[in-house]
Amino acid sequence: MIDAILNAAPAWALSHAAPLLVMVPLFLAPLLALVPTGRIAWLISIAATGISFLFALILLGLVQTSPIGVVSYEVGRWPVPLGIELRVDALNAMILLIVTTIGLLASVFSWPTVVAEIPKRKRALFYSAFLVCFAGLNGVAITGDAFNLFVFLEISSISTYVLVALGSGRDRRALPAAFNYLIMGTLGASFYIIGIGFLYAATGTLNMYQISTLLPELAGHRSVQAGFAFILVGLGLKAAMWPLHQWLPNAYSYSPTFVTMFLSATATKVALYALIRFLFTVFRPDYGFEISAFSAILMPLGIAAMVVCSFQAVFQTDVRRILAYSSVAQVGYMILGVSIGTTAGLSAGLFHLVNHAMMKGALFMAVAGVVLTYQGTTIRDFAGLGRSAPWTMTAFAIAALSLIGVPLTAGFQSKLQLGFALFDQGLWWAVGLVVFSSFLAVIYMGRVLEAVFFQPPVNPRKTRKEAPVLLLVPLWILALANLYFGIAADFPLGLARDAAAAAFGVEAFR
Amino acid sequence: MSPETLILAALVLPLLIAAGIAVMGWSPNLREGVTFTGAGILFVVIILLTMHVAGGERPELNLGQAAPGLSLAFKLEPLGMLFALVASGLWIVNSFYSVGYMRGNRERNQTRFYICFAIAIFGALGVAMSANLFTLFVFYEVLTLSTFPLVTHKGDAAAKRGGRIYLLTLMGTSIGLLLPAVMWTWVLAGQNLDFVPGGLLAGVDISPAVASALLILFAFGVGKAALMPVHFWLPNAMVAPTPVSALLHAVAVVKAGVFTIMKIAIFIFGTDLLEATPAREFVLWVACFTMVVGSLVAMTKDNLKARLAYSTIAQLSYVVAGAMLADPAGWLGGSLQIAAHAAGKMTLFMCAGAIYVATGLTNISDMRGLGRKMPLVFIAFMIGSMSIIGLPPFAGAWPKYELMQGAIDHGNVYLSLVLIASSLLNIAYLLPIPLLALLPPPGTKEPKPFKRPDGAPMPTVVAPLITATLCIILFFAVGPISKFLSPTVGDRVEYIADGGQP
Repeated sequence: MIDAILNAAPAWALSHAAPLLVMVPLFLAPLLALVPTGRIAWLISIAATGISFLFALILLGLVQTSPIGVVSYEVGRWPVPLGIELRVDALNAMILLIVTTIGLLASVFSWPTVVAEIPKRKRALFYSAFLVCFAGLNGVAITGDAFNLFVFLEISSISTYVLVALGSGRDRRALPAAFNYLIMGTLGASFYIIGIGFLYAATGTLNMYQISTLLPELAGHRSVQAGFAFILVGLGLKAAMWPLHQWLPNAYSYSPTFVTMFLSATATKVALYALIRFLFTVFRPDYGFEISAFSAILMPLGIAAMVVCSFQAVFQTDVRRILAYSSVAQVGYMILGVSIGTTAGLSAGLFHLVNHAMMKGALFMAVAGVVLTYQGTTIRDFAGLGRSAPWTMTAFAIAALSLIGVPLTAGFQSKLQLGFALFDQGLWWAVGLVVFSSFLAVIYMGRVLEAVFFQPPVNPRKTRKEAPVLLLVPLWILALANLYFGIAADFPLGLARDAAAAAFGVEAFR
Repeated sequence: MSPETLILAALVLPLLIAAGIAVMGWSPNLREGVTFTGAGILFVVIILLTMHVAGGERPELNLGQAAPGLSLAFKLEPLGMLFALVASGLWIVNSFYSVGYMRGNRERNQTRFYICFAIAIFGALGVAMSANLFTLFVFYEVLTLSTFPLVTHKGDAAAKRGGRIYLLTLMGTSIGLLLPAVMWTWVLAGQNLDFVPGGLLAGVDISPAVASALLILFAFGVGKAALMPVHFWLPNAMVAPTPVSALLHAVAVVKAGVFTIMKIAIFIFGTDLLEATPAREFVLWVACFTMVVGSLVAMTKDNLKARLAYSTIAQLSYVVAGAMLADPAGWLGGSLQIAAHAAGKMTLFMCAGAIYVATGLTNISDMRGLGRKMPLVFIAFMIGSMSIIGLPPFAGAWPKYELMQGAIDHGNVYLSLVLIASSLLNIAYLLPIPLLALLPPPGTKEPKPFKRPDGAPMPTVVAPLITATLCIILFFAVGPISKFLSPTVGDRVEYIADGGQP
């Protein structure tokens, strides 16, 4: 399919795919602020995300057909030390594909929820903020310049604070949640920029590829190590690495349902991508300080996230908070995979990243459907929905099973790969903890599923009330993807393996 | 038809049947027609495949890779075919029985019931025909999930509680222990999970400690084999309607469990590695413990289905013990037990269901003298009991004989003592039921009149009689069955089978 797209694409699209992917949504965003009605803004945002999605496919094709596996683009034809380089390899091609796919599905599904939750005069502005956020996330993923990454990170974060705060129409607690997120997010970004400062002081360049070529000689340098520490903490905060995740549960619970869905499937993933990029491409996993960071920081923290946050999820009564805590736990799986430090481990982590985007996207979409028709998100509100909204809830159940890791779902495949990678390094005790955490997932998702399918509805007057078709179609696309990739995981696993190889700088990754 | 097409047909047919049942849900008669026709065709397909396998062929079918190195593949061998034959053949009898039971009891949601049943058969056949551990694991879970709605069929509080325990135990053990064991095997065997004759791990240098840990993970991870202490799901699953208990919890589900253990012992470990694994002895002990304690607990139960459930737990351990003997006699005994126990225990469960439909009685103490009113049912029960006990000329005699032979050959004399003790216990808790029903002691009160005016529906009486007959047929067919199994369980079998023939 990718070949066909490459053949059909015009020459300008092929040569400028990388900047256009970010620029189209970024420049359409201010335009949306001027559009009179929300509906037009919605249609434009579908078009913008759709175009970005096509460019992401083109980039993936270009990377896969490129002899060195890298597509490099110098913005404004300024050569590298001066200008900004957009650098796409198998790793960020995969991330771009996830972000744009989820962005497209999210904007298709958004309209009914936006109508229900956002005041009329703010709708166009809401979509404007969404496109800025979308462009920022893609920018983080596409850039090859460490400072430019900071800029895009802030673009996406600031618009995210706005989006989260817009949930105040439904629940006033969205405001403190957004403020809390703002403080934590800014702290993270500041730590990151301080770290970049240290690296710049040591290397004299901001281009990530150049930093990586210069670093081996400087690896013993104090400022390089300090920079590493700052970057790790800063990006860890953005990626909701335990125990830096405190902003996440509230931000996910009180923001508009559409925002929750979009952020859960993309924002932490992109921050995690940036972390992986720094850990494996800019720095090297064979530096002494990084090896100790893997075994003394990332692995214990990843495992702690898996276990502690799964426990917290068990005791929540609000479905959105259950899913939010579960998200932190799932980030723990990815970090655990990364911290193994092998190609197999990294590809397992990345594979889980893809699958988690699919399952959490589907779960939060289904929750959005419930909010739309029943105006409640506690487990009690979900009681009996299996009968009154069978389509929404079946998709929810599929995604929930995938989250648990039941065979024939995508979640099973990624846990299997993670287990293989862990056993390969003799970390059998970590497999035990992964399994234990899955068991906790059985409990916290099982509580919801039991309410949905086995309990009588709280308010029997509300009979058959399915989510609107506009919501069901993207929801089922994601749910079926969970099943399809659970049976034939070749495509996402292949992407993840290529990406892991690219992150390690192995050029012949095919 | 080529064997590959037949394998595909065996997998697709149950799903087609499920779809057909869903479509025909509006008319009970058409719906049952679909079940019967489909089950009949499926059985024919399995028989044709068995003939191929008996001719020495090993047909394979690869449905494609789920991920690099993990393919959904099927490869037939005699042991799997035996399990497939048992599951698909008894499904026909069970469907016949279900019609009488479900209608006689006026159960609700019958369409969902038959659909889930067909999917469960799909899972069982997938387990039986799988070519590697990955495929087996996937279908194992299909079987778990598809039977959950059957266990909770009644939908009341007890059913939900039983269902929850059922799902949590089976999923917990399979994800918590079996899955890590599968992953570990993958790494130990160099990224391979295929079932290899002689043992996948046979040529691999594994320390006894690692092999022991792996074996223990497998033995307790296969929760469906109901080794103590992961047995408690089985009595709890007895809240299900009796046809479910009969086919699934005496045949398909539990047999999928012990079949998995057998398959792992033969095709993953192999004789030599199993011999060299210290934990083999430990699992054998646990199996013996389960046999004795299961039987002892069964004696304390007055509820007929609960007693049968504990009896099932004890009987399943015969297969596990056979697998752990790691020699042809033990493996043959275990394999024969899969078929023999299926026929015997299914008879008993169906009788229990027939009694329940006719009278509403579930407690054994209320059944004294009932045999005068339902003689055929209790005669079938008597035959089933004697087969379970292991008396000739009933099917259950052979597995016990082979197991004892294997135990003595192998120097595990205590196993043969445990087997004898287990037989005595079986006599104590099973035989009084039909005897007191058929020959009540003088002065026994007349049993209560039938709840249903015309007694048990015809299908619920005929079906147990069919399986009771099967118990007798299997006794005389042991020679051909052993010959059929010999490629899988080992060459010495033919000698043993012939030498053991009366």
